[in-house]
Amino acid sequence: MKKKIIDIAKSHSTLRNQFGLSITRLAKKNKKIVVLDADVAGGTGLHHFRQSFPDRFFQCGIAEQNMISMAGGLASLGFIPIVTTFSVFMLRGLEQARLSIAYNNVNVKLIASHPGLDVGPDGGSAQCLEDLAIFRSLPNLKVISPADPNEMNSAVNEIIKYKGPVYMRTGRSEIQTIFHKNYKFKIGKGKIIKGGNDLSIIACGVMVERALLASKYLEKEGIKARVVNMSTIKPIDKDLIIKCARETKKFIIAEDHNKFGGLGSAVSEVTSEFSPIPIKYVCVKDKFGMSGEPKELAKKFNIDYKTIFKIAKKFKF
Amino acid sequence: MKNLIFKSNYLKSLILLSIYKAKSGHPGGCLSCSDFLLFLFEREMNLKINDFKKWDRNHFILSKGHCAPTLYAIGYFKKFLSLKSLLNLRKINSVTQGHTDLRTLNWVGANTGSLGQGLSVATGIALGLKIKKSNKKVFVMVGDGEMQEGQVWESLMFSSHHKLDNLIIILDYNKIQSDDFNKNIMNFEPLKKKLSSFGMNVQEIDGHKINQIKNSLLRIKKNNKPNFIISNTIKGKGVSFMENKPQWHGSVKITVEQIKKALSELNNYDSLKKYL
Repeated sequence: MKKKIIDIAKSHSTLRNQFGLSITRLAKKNKKIVVLDADVAGGTGLHHFRQSFPDRFFQCGIAEQNMISMAGGLASLGFIPIVTTFSVFMLRGLEQARLSIAYNNVNVKLIASHPGLDVGPDGGSAQCLEDLAIFRSLPNLKVISPADPNEMNSAVNEIIKYKGPVYMRTGRSEIQTIFHKNYKFKIGKGKIIKGGNDLSIIACGVMVERALLASKYLEKEGIKARVVNMSTIKPIDKDLIIKCARETKKFIIAEDHNKFGGLGSAVSEVTSEFSPIPIKYVCVKDKFGMSGEPKELAKKFNIDYKTIFKIAKKFKF
Repeated sequence: MKNLIFKSNYLKSLILLSIYKAKSGHPGGCLSCSDFLLFLFEREMNLKINDFKKWDRNHFILSKGHCAPTLYAIGYFKKFLSLKSLLNLRKINSVTQGHTDLRTLNWVGANTGSLGQGLSVATGIALGLKIKKSNKKVFVMVGDGEMQEGQVWESLMFSSHHKLDNLIIILDYNKIQSDDFNKNIMNFEPLKKKLSSFGMNVQEIDGHKINQIKNSLLRIKKNNKPNFIISNTIKGKGVSFMENKPQWHGSVKITVEQIKKALSELNNYDSLKKYL
């Protein structure tokens, strides 16, 4: 049976497309990798995998609860199931992810495309601003959000090497390449990607590029902002957070996510216990999104680089 | 066969004894599914404790996980579990958790307690066995109330579409769920028609008659369709005051008078009274 390939992820510079390419490359050697899809492979970048490995690609239909529990069953036979759908539909299988996957720590990778306002025109119902908080609250699950295609490529290697459950955001919109192709992602490790001692901007996903841009403009005003790519939200890099808190004494935490429970909360849980400092948050302030282009939405909801710049200047240096 | 009939009463007695000692649990459904599960483990699946370390074997999942005591008691028969562990049901730090839990027992197939998930996990295993070209089977038991979960129908669609004829779904159809009879809570009849239209090989049997259980397993087909056995049973089977009464679904506490009466009816009071 031939399937029509719908290539929605046209751009090669999206995180979802890079995920599709990287997992397909790994699957050539690693025969344990199988993919479960809920009728969105064209959008998640997994059409690459479907094309190369039709026998290891399983269409589950638009039925996420069954798909997510089934992955637990497949993992018990030694497979590495890659479960793919939009991040908002991962929420639909939350309880399945809890009991059939996280509960006894099975080797399933939940790969969520279309997170945050970055989704754009599909609108508020599709813009998942809650996933980091929700999946971070499940024991055993690692929660990851890479920032560019090169980091994504490395992250795919690492999550496949790691034997256990992972929730990882990819991303819908086109994105700049920030890092060198040899950039090394490590689960549980953040990275200082730009030096500075006046404040730290801690960011994940699409916000890393914006943090770098803001720091460039801040530098022109004499403010040296350190930028930290915190691509693992759980387990959070406690040592790096304490080091940055002690050295820069001020944080801005930037994420394409609701204020509650995501990166901002994860970082603040560390500082409040070990090194309390003033923190400002660049994120969606407990609202649902709406249709619009990602750039327009970033501006409207105050998660663009200009907001980071403006908020940084409010600190007293 | 005689041996199984004797074991059937002993199994029911141990189930009730463990629930009595736990001071909570679901006796009605545990008794209704006990005869089918006993036959499945004693005569059909042929599993030994070391088999659970390997994937190429028959698999069983109790999707109606609140009936874990039945599986645990059979586990005791099969020497997967000690009597002490069985009678430690639902106690702190016990391996016999209130619902089957892979963190404490590797032979229970799935973490349960959320209806619908066990069937999907079983479907995933059936798919995996097909990928690996194994001819082993996956047996999964669901409850009747569980049929109301949307996830059940999602997984039936999947196993039918992907032709998983190595999947054998057994419905313990005792007609009673947590609060009341199924038909009063949310009717799902005509079930046989629904299941056939979903692409299942459907059989309907009396789930307390050993010959019918045996024959239903012999009639399992390999015709690219999943197998579904509607096993008509009696909630609380074997204990007069529990039979067909919704209040014995649970979670309930069995009193000392009730357990004595129940064990007497099952002809096991003398042999088990020392554990009361």
